[in-house]
Amino acid sequence: MQQAVDNVVSLKPDGERSRKLIDIKDLSLTFDTNDGPVHALSHIDLSIRKGDFVSFIGPSGCGKTTLLRVIADLEQQTSGKISVEGTTPHEARLNRLYGYVFQAPALYPWRTIEGNCALPMEIFGYGKDKQEVQADKYLNLVGLDKFRKKFPWQLSGGMQQRASIARALCFEPELLLMDEPFGALDEITRDHLNLELLKIWEQTGKTVVFVTHSIAEAVFLSTHIVVMSPRPGRITRIIQSNLPRERPLDIRDTPAFMELAQEVRECLATDHHID
Amino acid sequence: MSVWLPTTISTERGSKMKTASWRDNRVFAVALVSLGFIVIWYLGAIFLNGQQLVSQYERRHQDWDASKVVAEALSMRRPVLPTPDQVVVELNQSVFHEAITSKRSLVFHTGITLSSTLLGFVLGAALGILLAIGIVHNRTLESSLMPWIITSQTIPILAIAPMVIVVLGSLNFTGLVPKSLISMYLSFFPVTISMVKGLRSADRLHMELLHTYSATTRQVLWKLRWPASLPFLFAGLKVAIAASLVGAIVGELPTGAQGGLGARLLSGSYYGQMVQIWAALVMAALLGALLVVLVGMGEKWVLKRMGTRTELGAAA
Repeated sequence: MQQAVDNVVSLKPDGERSRKLIDIKDLSLTFDTNDGPVHALSHIDLSIRKGDFVSFIGPSGCGKTTLLRVIADLEQQTSGKISVEGTTPHEARLNRLYGYVFQAPALYPWRTIEGNCALPMEIFGYGKDKQEVQADKYLNLVGLDKFRKKFPWQLSGGMQQRASIARALCFEPELLLMDEPFGALDEITRDHLNLELLKIWEQTGKTVVFVTHSIAEAVFLSTHIVVMSPRPGRITRIIQSNLPRERPLDIRDTPAFMELAQEVRECLATDHHID
Repeated sequence: MSVWLPTTISTERGSKMKTASWRDNRVFAVALVSLGFIVIWYLGAIFLNGQQLVSQYERRHQDWDASKVVAEALSMRRPVLPTPDQVVVELNQSVFHEAITSKRSLVFHTGITLSSTLLGFVLGAALGILLAIGIVHNRTLESSLMPWIITSQTIPILAIAPMVIVVLGSLNFTGLVPKSLISMYLSFFPVTISMVKGLRSADRLHMELLHTYSATTRQVLWKLRWPASLPFLFAGLKVAIAASLVGAIVGELPTGAQGGLGARLLSGSYYGQMVQIWAALVMAALLGALLVVLVGMGEKWVLKRMGTRTELGAAA
């Protein structure tokens, strides 16, 4: 049932194909609660190559967010091994390897959009000029260049989330970790941002790990879809997408897309049956 | 359409009328309360001063009737409770018709109180903020300091003030500094309490974001905790500046009454000058209100610069 990513051919160009960015071996995480231990993650094996777009999908409680947080060093595993760019997640965090996008935009209300974008760069000690250049570049990329001087509350939810993506990109981390970034948005805005995210992924060549509970979103965006199931949180299947990298919105009406979506749906349904 | 259109218009007109009448109501309510307050004051003056007058007449075996008592009760030279108009006259005289450098000028005394209030406030706010920063960052500091901080406020300030003044006086610290220390003693507390809350008020996601950047404790403080705490800080500062004024006045009571509103209260009670006491009290109240308003304006200015929505900022 469990199919390792190693066995499949990455969609990236040959030169970088073999490079593993994230390697997880037999990783488990147990939370101690008042009701006894909760097995949030159980025996996870996963490797993610540079340039992949990997989605974690599953019902709530399947540990997809927890797994992302372990990669980000926001949680620590109880057992097992994880390496990120050859080091521990802790080292990787200190090396500023990843940008994290939360479910909520988490913009600081007292900073302008530009100021929010500059926040990580201020912390990393970038010079003022460089901060401005980088903020400019990435606010342009997410289409917010005209809103640089606005405060977050003056922007719509979708625009705020775009600003938070720009903030995660502006210091040019190799890895983008996204925790249901579009979960709170309406479907129209979500479609739009999905397209933009694909465009950014293509332009920057980043590795993206993306948590979602939308099948359509996972299939549309990913090179690899990691299907997870709860109690205990585990990976039930890793599905490789055979869709082309170039994906317009209407690819969702093609048989290939629907077949893939159906496969994911069946995987999820089987899990529920097991429950 | 023609059926519901008039309804819409009448609702609109209704809501407008409601806003207008609500505003009128508020003005009316404020006017009514103020009027009631003044009436009660006058009645109190007639009653308290009248009692004294009646016993005086009876001791002297003079004839009296109600109208005579009322007339005299409202214009005694040394009343038990001066009337509002007597206080206004005294205020006008001592504020506008005395040289500012004169000891009879209320402006002179207000200035003395104001200077120690402000110095005490600045010291108290600084101490309060420093304590809060320490407490938020260090559990040991919290458990060791917090009981003392709370105990410090349960001791009546009137019991400590003379000690502070006398002890510092014997070390040749007189005038501004001892009084400011008493102000500081009263004003650091609300700042500490509100800042401990404020520095901990940062959103969990905002905290985690800085964690993903591996920000240092100092960066977390300046980039997140401090800006997030500012609304709390100003709430604390408003209480603190009023407390600081009280501290300054209390600090002036045992100094031998050289100057300040506290000295004015003390000398007024020595010589039975109730009008002078009330004028000083009203002045202290006005000064306190002004200082709180100034802090409020500072708050609005800061929050506006921080991009807070105006509707929300106005709530402060």
